Amino acid sequence: MVLKPERSERAFRFDYLGFIMSVNQTKDIKQFFFKKRWWVLTAVLLAFFTLWTAEFEQANTTSVLVSTLRHSTPLVLGAMCGLLCERSGVINIGIEGQMLMSAWGGFMVASASGSLLIGVFAGIGIGMMMGGVLAGISVGLRGDQIIAGTVINIAAIGITSFFFSLGRTLPSGKAQVIKLGPLADIPVAGRVLFSNKPITFLTLLMIPTLWFLLFRTKWGLRTRAVGEHPSAAETVGISVIGMRYFNVIIGGGIAGLAGAYLSLEAVGSFERGMTNGKGFVALAVMIFGRWNPIGAWGAALLFGYSSAIQTQFQFRDWLTNDPQFIGIIPFVVTIVVLAGFVGRARPPASIGQPYSRE
Amino acid sequence: MPSNTLALEATGISKTFGSVKANDQITLEVKKGKIHALLGENGAGKSTLVNILFGLYKADSGVVKVNGKAVELGRPKDAIDRGIGMVHQHFQLVPILTVAENIVLGNEPANKANVIDIENAKEKVRELAEKYQLEVDTEATVEDLPVGTQQRVEILRSLYRKADILILDEPTAVLTPQETDHLLQVLKKLASQGVAVIFITHKLREVLEVADEVTVMRNGQVVGSTTPSETDESGLAEMMVGRSVVLRVSKEASSPDETVLTVRNLSVKDDRKLLAVNDLSLEVRSGEIFGIAGVEGNGQRELVETITGLRNINAGEIFIGETSITEFSPRQISELGVAHIPEDREKHGLIGSHSVADNLILNRYYKSPFSNRGIRQQKAIASYAKEMVEKFDIRTPSIETPSSSLSGGNKQKAIAAREFSHNARLLVASQPTRGIDVGSIEFVHQQLIKQRDQGLAVLLVSAELDEILSLSDRIGVIYRGQLIVTANAADLDRNRIGRIMTTGSDIT
Repeated sequence: MVLKPERSERAFRFDYLGFIMSVNQTKDIKQFFFKKRWWVLTAVLLAFFTLWTAEFEQANTTSVLVSTLRHSTPLVLGAMCGLLCERSGVINIGIEGQMLMSAWGGFMVASASGSLLIGVFAGIGIGMMMGGVLAGISVGLRGDQIIAGTVINIAAIGITSFFFSLGRTLPSGKAQVIKLGPLADIPVAGRVLFSNKPITFLTLLMIPTLWFLLFRTKWGLRTRAVGEHPSAAETVGISVIGMRYFNVIIGGGIAGLAGAYLSLEAVGSFERGMTNGKGFVALAVMIFGRWNPIGAWGAALLFGYSSAIQTQFQFRDWLTNDPQFIGIIPFVVTIVVLAGFVGRARPPASIGQPYSRE
Repeated sequence: MPSNTLALEATGISKTFGSVKANDQITLEVKKGKIHALLGENGAGKSTLVNILFGLYKADSGVVKVNGKAVELGRPKDAIDRGIGMVHQHFQLVPILTVAENIVLGNEPANKANVIDIENAKEKVRELAEKYQLEVDTEATVEDLPVGTQQRVEILRSLYRKADILILDEPTAVLTPQETDHLLQVLKKLASQGVAVIFITHKLREVLEVADEVTVMRNGQVVGSTTPSETDESGLAEMMVGRSVVLRVSKEASSPDETVLTVRNLSVKDDRKLLAVNDLSLEVRSGEIFGIAGVEGNGQRELVETITGLRNINAGEIFIGETSITEFSPRQISELGVAHIPEDREKHGLIGSHSVADNLILNRYYKSPFSNRGIRQQKAIASYAKEMVEKFDIRTPSIETPSSSLSGGNKQKAIAAREFSHNARLLVASQPTRGIDVGSIEFVHQQLIKQRDQGLAVLLVSAELDEILSLSDRIGVIYRGQLIVTANAADLDRNRIGRIMTTGSDIT
């Protein structure tokens, strides 16, 4: 007799759907806290740490949280690009290059046209074009996906450095903070959540939206099927090639938005190599978040938080005798977290393999 | 419903792969409400034909008519739209999705915004399951289900798409005898409800049991059509292979000698850390075949893996001759004279990307004459490989061909060639004839008997009860990791073994 796994075990196969799923029984809730004990522990520790710092000065706590969100935005956007691609079976290690191209292109267009909005759209458009390049090589021509991504990264550094001219500015300045009326006046939460810049707001909306699309709609089910078992999808009449093109191009657009965020919303200018590895960290965020937008958001917040407290330490003159020590905080967090969690993550089964019908 | 109307009619289908004519002017007529068996050896072109019917391959020439109308089947969707469903040999299910999600995939009940109505999907699946008596847990994740259940999901998926022509590609190759019986009942039921069933197999007994009509293929051509009432097993086998085949192995009484394998109070855990083999003892002597009968998943795999050194012993001892092998590595065990025909030949038997020659010397590539101070001796390897290919009739274009491109039967012959030429004292053969054609089965069986007569001790594990019964000198029936009964083959009959292996008890 083949033994069936126990019911509870199966219920938690859904954990890639995010934590808000399948927690409707007491037993499940208990199990949830046990299975996710590392998450829970991390969250509790971070909450304590935040409260502890709030003891000293509320303004500082607020600024840590604001900075957390600011650091996390490009990471979660990059991760969403990555998971769109990988859920459909295409590895995208070119996120870094897609972001860089879009940061540059968005800035140049905004600078020339004088409109931030046009700049952002240009950034998204360039991202989609870069996604099209990746899809063309890896899906259309069935090339190696890692090489295609690397090509994008190298080309992006070259192109953006070559065409970048110093001294350009944004006539309109960078994007400004939007306050959501009275909500923005709530202490701490108001400043952190309800008083942000446009792309940050958009990102906060996109996270649950993408989750819903991925796990509740036809498109999402088909995307996951294509990434997991493409020939199964093909035999029920789903176009594997079509789905992959679509997802990789849309993913490129999201990476483009991340690039536009960097140059038009966060910094207000373009610098050479300004993505500074964020596209790669986004990949770690995606894996850490288990190819799930909400998971990726949690992961991006953790990375953002470790960067934010690093800045705080410097402001407060803590441990300034050993500045190197402060500098390593984000990396220590990365290593601890990745070592603890990532080993158990399971990627979509077909990633990296080009698909052909016969 | 009139039962003589043709549901599907294929005429003059031809398909060439490279220089191989996989299908040559095939004609096939399938009636509504009938089970049509497509019989043939591996490589006869059955799978190619049904893949054409399902739109996965494009035929070079020929016409397919569904319900009397000529149709163009360019891709699977065309076939699905015409009411053709297919249960693939390698299941086309997405492991991480639930049963309901897999069934509705590609045709999901959804609202205008394309949000899937999963409750509606589950309901529809439950209705179908009830109608055709194919019970499934709609919320279970597919990868957690046993193969038989996964196959049920595949059938339901076709029915959900309103298939009235159902193609099953070797559906019983992966099933236990119980699951097979159940599937055959399901097929009869489907046919009685008007579904035309195309059933690919090379198991003759199944054909005789359920088929209404039989089409036999050989080397890409249809060699004949018949009905079960007009023929019998040996008649079908002859059509299939093109010569008369010995289905029953003839053998002399065994003359067992000294004990070669001793398993004493063995306990072994499986991958989930559950006890798979529980206090099991057995002895195999040279010159006899000891058959282990049992439903798959009762500890056979773990037992075999432990004897061959692939799994750690939890308690108890194993001896080869006088030597305890508890601390031995697989290579040390192999050097003691233990040969192993593994259950999964693709995964554990051969290195698919390596050449046939390299696979033939896999258990002694490091020894003379194949290696000299760590350098491969190409000439010795080549001449040995050529000799083996000839002796064991391995059909391969050359000895340099990657082993993955051989057919199932020839892969098994290559493994047999390697393991039988090992000067072994003990052969552990696990499912040695699974999924291979009648000709190759005959060959493997004859080889097993021949080696036994030359003094080899054989531990045979098989899910095919017939195989156990026809080859074994002694039989042990395994149930939940324990040998319930061990007896001479002559003292056990089919019914009694079947009862013990399903209930674990010998009481009538």
